[in-house]
Amino acid sequence: MVKTQSYKITFTLLILLALILFFINLNLGSVNITLKDFFSSFFTYEKNYSTPEYIIQSYRLPKAITAVLVGSGLGISGLLMQTMFRNPLAGPFVLGITSGASLGVALVIMGASLLGGFATHFLMNEWSIVIAASLGSFLVLLIVLIVSSKVRDTMAILIIGLMFGSITAAIVSVLAYFSSAEELQQYIFWGFGSLGDLQWKELKIFAIVYAIGLVFTIAAIKGLNTLLLGENYAKSLGLNIKRNRIIIVIAASLLAGTITAFAGPIAFIGLAVPHLTRLLFNTSNHKILLPAVFILGAIIMLICDSIAQLPNSDYTLPINAITSLVGAPVVIWLLVRKRKMMF
Amino acid sequence: MENKNQHIILKTEDLSIGYTSKKAKTIVANNINIELKRGELVGLIGANGIGKSTLLRTLTQVQNPLSGSIHLNKKNVLDYNPLDLAKVMSLVLTGQITSKNLSVLELVALGRQPYTNWVGNLSENDITVINNALLQTNIEALKHRKCFELSDGQLQKVMIARALAQDTDLIILDEPTTHLDMYHKAYILKLLQRLAKETNKTILFSSHEIDLAIQLCDNLIVMTNDVVISGQPCNLIKKGVFETLFPKDLIAFDEKTGSFRVKK
Repeated sequence: MVKTQSYKITFTLLILLALILFFINLNLGSVNITLKDFFSSFFTYEKNYSTPEYIIQSYRLPKAITAVLVGSGLGISGLLMQTMFRNPLAGPFVLGITSGASLGVALVIMGASLLGGFATHFLMNEWSIVIAASLGSFLVLLIVLIVSSKVRDTMAILIIGLMFGSITAAIVSVLAYFSSAEELQQYIFWGFGSLGDLQWKELKIFAIVYAIGLVFTIAAIKGLNTLLLGENYAKSLGLNIKRNRIIIVIAASLLAGTITAFAGPIAFIGLAVPHLTRLLFNTSNHKILLPAVFILGAIIMLICDSIAQLPNSDYTLPINAITSLVGAPVVIWLLVRKRKMMF
Repeated sequence: MENKNQHIILKTEDLSIGYTSKKAKTIVANNINIELKRGELVGLIGANGIGKSTLLRTLTQVQNPLSGSIHLNKKNVLDYNPLDLAKVMSLVLTGQITSKNLSVLELVALGRQPYTNWVGNLSENDITVINNALLQTNIEALKHRKCFELSDGQLQKVMIARALAQDTDLIILDEPTTHLDMYHKAYILKLLQRLAKETNKTILFSSHEIDLAIQLCDNLIVMTNDVVISGQPCNLIKKGVFETLFPKDLIAFDEKTGSFRVKK
């Protein structure tokens, strides 16, 4: 009870930091926008494709919001997986969600030519990649869910998820072997991840699915805390393990699935953010961890995206590379410093 | 006569425990008829592999009985839903808990889960019960420590406090004294004895500390190869039950001291 006060201070500081980063992120990009134009851009709207208003409102604002949703969503999804699997190395990828999405996208990009011209035309519209990624992750997840309802041990689900990852990776390599250089390039570009491809229309759908995932997560808070004692204790406390497991899996996959569908596979955020949060807040209570992961995830993603913009240049680096460059050292540092990953 | 008026918390009738696979039934023990009364400290003893864990697993609904029935507060355990069962029976298990990053207070508070709302907020009553549990187990001072900082003995007290916070008529502990030194073995069992008296809860534990159990328990359940007997320790000594507990080649039971001696 004593700690509530210090949590409040940390939360306030983090929220401030997130807001500052959000505005810095809006300010950065290949076009320099003066501070005056920047602020007035929120209140005017001229349909001119080169005005600051247009750049901010149609490109940078959706991108910054996407960064917040992607960072927080992946972080939460990782937190759910780490608690459920009692494994500090778990992340959204363990359920095969990311690999399922990759498979869907690979089939659309590289498999379309195998199906002939009609299919190519039919498959290649703006939504095709999003739909393919969603379907892919949903299908893999469905299989993992069905299999996991047959096994008692949570660890078995972890391994099953990883096996599905291997299978999809293998299929992708086979497809890659038979596809043209252009298709291969397109697939690789998707694999770089991108926060900037979303229009308001797509962002709306993204946000709705994200919100549903969040509702499931909040419903799982109590069960997540109970699981900290281990499954046997959780059962003796009256927790319905299977139902709880399904809620967690649905929440994690809705979050990670849509994120991968809309922004591509983004590495390490899901793994690193929950650990950073535990280190900063020194608690395992999910009532604290969940909002904290949300804010920290957003902060880290905004930082990564700002770096990827390469301020004052025309280049944008692949976001996936930046998150790995930031994320991997964080995990190494955590391991060296604490020697043991607490969760 | 006094015993008859006491409320029976747990009662088994012709309980048969063991494992079923597709091919065959493996019966571990048969004809188990035991009664646990309110406020009793009951020890479950027997040699390794005799089926103590199987019995506890059956009583706690981890596995189903082969035949016979278990009644908790005069209601068949199979008729309880998990949440109601959690309000009648709490456990202290042998395995490590998953997250040792919890503080003592947080861990004990998790015992209130069956009573809290959907997000797990503690009411004032919950906090009172938690503080009581901390007081009764003498771990008030450890309240804000993290579990990974605690010794095995301290952690065991915390786990007992958590079970107390769950506020159930029956607490079942699976070998609560393993990994502990002699002093802490006695300390934990003495604590259990005091708790059973003070809180009027029924406490059942399995243990290999036969001499301590004989001294401290109100009743013992002894599992031997042939039978499962329960009764007051002195009566069981008179019946010569403890002689049949182990093979006779190495150790012998000394009735006067109530303990086992190595044969010379």
